[in-house]
Amino acid sequence: MTEEKKGFFKRLRSGLSRSREQLNEKLETVFIGRKEIDEETLEELEEVLITSDIGFETTQTLIDSVRKRVKRKDIDNIDQLKAAIKAEMRDILRHCEGRLPFDDLPIAPYVIFFIGVNGVGKTTTIGKLAMRLKNDGRKVVLAAADTFRAAATPQLVLWGERAGVEVITHQEGSDPSAVVYDAIQSAQHRLAEFVLVDTAGRLHTKKNLMEELKKMCRVADKVMPGAPHEKLLVLDATNGQNAISQTKMFHEAIGLTGLVMTKLDSTAKGGILLQIADQFHLPVYLIGVGEKPEDLQDFSAEDFADAML
Amino acid sequence: MFETLTERLEAVFKKLKGQGRITEENVKDALRQIRLSLLEADVNYKVVKSFIASVQEKAIGQEVLTSITPGQLIVKIVHDELVELLGTTHTQLTLSGSPPFPVLLVGLQGSGKTTTIAKLAYMLKRGNKHRPYLVPADVYRPAAIDQLVTLAKQINVPCYPSEQSDNPVDICKKAVQEALRSGCDVVLIDTAGRLQVDEPLMEELQKIKEAVHPSDILLVVDAMTGQEAVKVAEAFHERLDLGGVILTKLDGDARGGAALSIKAVIGRPIKYVGVGEKIEDLEAFHPDRMASRILGMGDILTLVEKAQETFDQKQVEKFEKKLKKNAFTLEDFRDQLQQIRKMGSLESILSMIPGMQKMKGNPALQPDEKELIKVEAIINSMTRKERLNHAIINGSRRKRIARGSGTTVQDVNNLLKRYVQAKKMMKRFSKMGKRKSFGRGDFPFPM
Repeated sequence: MTEEKKGFFKRLRSGLSRSREQLNEKLETVFIGRKEIDEETLEELEEVLITSDIGFETTQTLIDSVRKRVKRKDIDNIDQLKAAIKAEMRDILRHCEGRLPFDDLPIAPYVIFFIGVNGVGKTTTIGKLAMRLKNDGRKVVLAAADTFRAAATPQLVLWGERAGVEVITHQEGSDPSAVVYDAIQSAQHRLAEFVLVDTAGRLHTKKNLMEELKKMCRVADKVMPGAPHEKLLVLDATNGQNAISQTKMFHEAIGLTGLVMTKLDSTAKGGILLQIADQFHLPVYLIGVGEKPEDLQDFSAEDFADAML
Repeated sequence: MFETLTERLEAVFKKLKGQGRITEENVKDALRQIRLSLLEADVNYKVVKSFIASVQEKAIGQEVLTSITPGQLIVKIVHDELVELLGTTHTQLTLSGSPPFPVLLVGLQGSGKTTTIAKLAYMLKRGNKHRPYLVPADVYRPAAIDQLVTLAKQINVPCYPSEQSDNPVDICKKAVQEALRSGCDVVLIDTAGRLQVDEPLMEELQKIKEAVHPSDILLVVDAMTGQEAVKVAEAFHERLDLGGVILTKLDGDARGGAALSIKAVIGRPIKYVGVGEKIEDLEAFHPDRMASRILGMGDILTLVEKAQETFDQKQVEKFEKKLKKNAFTLEDFRDQLQQIRKMGSLESILSMIPGMQKMKGNPALQPDEKELIKVEAIINSMTRKERLNHAIINGSRRKRIARGSGTTVQDVNNLLKRYVQAKKMMKRFSKMGKRKSFGRGDFPFPM
């Protein structure tokens, strides 16, 4: 257990290390050659935070809170300043620490929808999660409900083959709700524990596609009352402020139950997560830090904040 | 497109309009708002800084121009600066040397390379009468090859039969020869998505570049990208010497700050933008129009161009004759609807009309694609005789049509009412008699 945990920290850190290095590097350049913390230091700190996609308002909140403490002489050197910001970030992020109830499923099959705009990595996330669950000896069914994009179904089928789990497919262009229906039914018959539903990428501004998503939820509820049990929005760490609009509109449309953040192995810092945590109080369940199946990790506020600074 | 930025700037200028002249204080206030909105639009921090500096300089320097209102002055200054930042004219795909011209599309995972390449091929085939050849060189992502092969079939363009076990560099070399053999002139190469810090994969791109000597290399960037956009563009540019950029997913509500930053940082033009899920939803990037769009002046020119492309001349002439004779039937009505739908989604059409940006929040004005489908279904459920002469559609026919199209008699009644109105309007037009032809920019349908 401890060894496994160590492994997890290491992987998360190596995945996030690029973000950390970059931010640290910037902070060092800000702080080098300066003993006292003055307004200029804080202004430069503002730049560092904004270029990390943390967003203007959250940046202001963070800076205002340390500014007060600088005035009171609670903080008088750079290390303390860093520690203070890190602690603030951690406090914000703690709201959104969450675990999916994998070890103690309230109901089976547990139906999870993966939702998001185009190209955020929904299919890859499902593939990685399927492999992880399968390795733990769990029974999983995948639903290829992206019937719109060319070759989306073969992509999921290949992941299914890799993981050794069943994939329910329909023809391209068919009704995605029908795939959901079949997948849940099939999972019920086979006594599977999980149904992971891959939905088509859709921009949150498309009214008709949001309606399609609502219908998929209704159909799931019809075949299995209470389903889907999770509606997870997948966010791309390289996205900027638009991630807020995505979260807001998907949440309004279908009521999200949690978030997944992918591509944290890029140089993007995923700073937008602070703002989203602040505004929506949605749990972040998983983060993607690489292309390998083990690069899908549980989210930890402590580690995330530590790795950022 | 850029809606929120537009809204903010409009709010700033509305405030300014109330005041007689620009003082240093209210310029500062406006600039603060512009800075905030640009940052929230994901424009790079440094780019915002220099942008604000140059606007400020010009705004304060032009106090002499008191003849126009200060709001308009600031709009003009910001607009001019945006145009300058975005470039001044539209830049086409570079096809130079002797054919076949290889074109490389590169970018991060999920930026939309594969979809864009199919759209680009369709555009080349349709507009400039090129013969494109598609090359799937993404051997890493599962089913990426399948995806391009499927798209190639949809648009009826040849595609190199890559295998997942092949080496991407070999694929590209062989594909160029194959394209030459089959008489194609543009070879569009779809590369795997990669992080700009992924050393082995970036090297692979350089090898592909050395092997095929691309005529153009385009970076595909998601319009929703944050501050990261600049780093990505810089890294790819340093390695490959990019020819330009394609911005995708602009049909969402992304403020698209990435467009401004990338142009400012690497100095390469944004050549095309992706504005929807349909194969024809790729547009030329017009910096000047985009600046107008940012400032909420709409984009009527793109709309006109699109209409010209979609409505074929013969049909327009035929329609014109009918109009003169006042013989506009329900069948023609349906044709018109189909033409409109060919232009792209209603949403993207509406977003080009000046003033529509502001209406976006209003649910009552949300275009309903389904409504059009319904109308088409109703007309399809009529007999030819009924379509040619609506007067014969009596109660029992209406019932049948409603049943056949899965609608209600009320829907059918509504449609017929609207049709009669449209017909009356056209009668008035034809009586005026002056409208000899539907030239550029006139829409031969009641909108």
